[in-house]
Amino acid sequence: MGMNPLTLDIVIFTLLGISIVSMVRVIIGPTPEDRLVGLNLVVAQVVGILVIIAVKFDRSIYLDVALVYAMLGFVGILAIAKYLGGKELQG
Amino acid sequence: MILMIYTFFALGLFFSLLGNIGVLRFPDVYTRLHASSKCGVTSLLSILIALMLLKGLTPMTGRILVITVFFLISAPVASHIIGRRAWEEGILPWRRQKPKRKEGD
Repeated sequence: MGMNPLTLDIVIFTLLGISIVSMVRVIIGPTPEDRLVGLNLVVAQVVGILVIIAVKFDRSIYLDVALVYAMLGFVGILAIAKYLGGKELQG
Repeated sequence: MILMIYTFFALGLFFSLLGNIGVLRFPDVYTRLHASSKCGVTSLLSILIALMLLKGLTPMTGRILVITVFFLISAPVASHIIGRRAWEEGILPWRRQKPKRKEGD
């Protein structure tokens, strides 16, 4: 009794299709914070997709890619949020 | 076990869909942030738990656990930073309608 082999594919493509919705928010967001909120969600879904790909093809190198991408997303959001308030950097 | 894996995948996709619809439909930065942070963390955690159940006790499970712990720490911090940034820029929270007492006064 195994899993249906199409399950991981279905999850990957569903996550891809769903993350288009929050990419729309990244594009049309009225303020920069709205774009950051959308970007935060896109990072989470891309990390999920990378981990599913690692399990599907049984390559653990994709897990390292997912961990580095999660770190870069976090540091990137932090850096953009610091960049938006430019006065605090000098004071 | 198979049923638990399917359940966690379905939970992950369900919360992901809810979070994305919330980010698209809510009217304000703060409400969007609420939907984004809560549903993002929950959906990714459900999917990673399902994958850990799928792989069993292998070295890959430990690495997925590291990603899970890191994301569980970093995602609320990022959401908090975005919310504080929006508050310091002076964005006011959304109200349902304008207060009507101003017209009467």
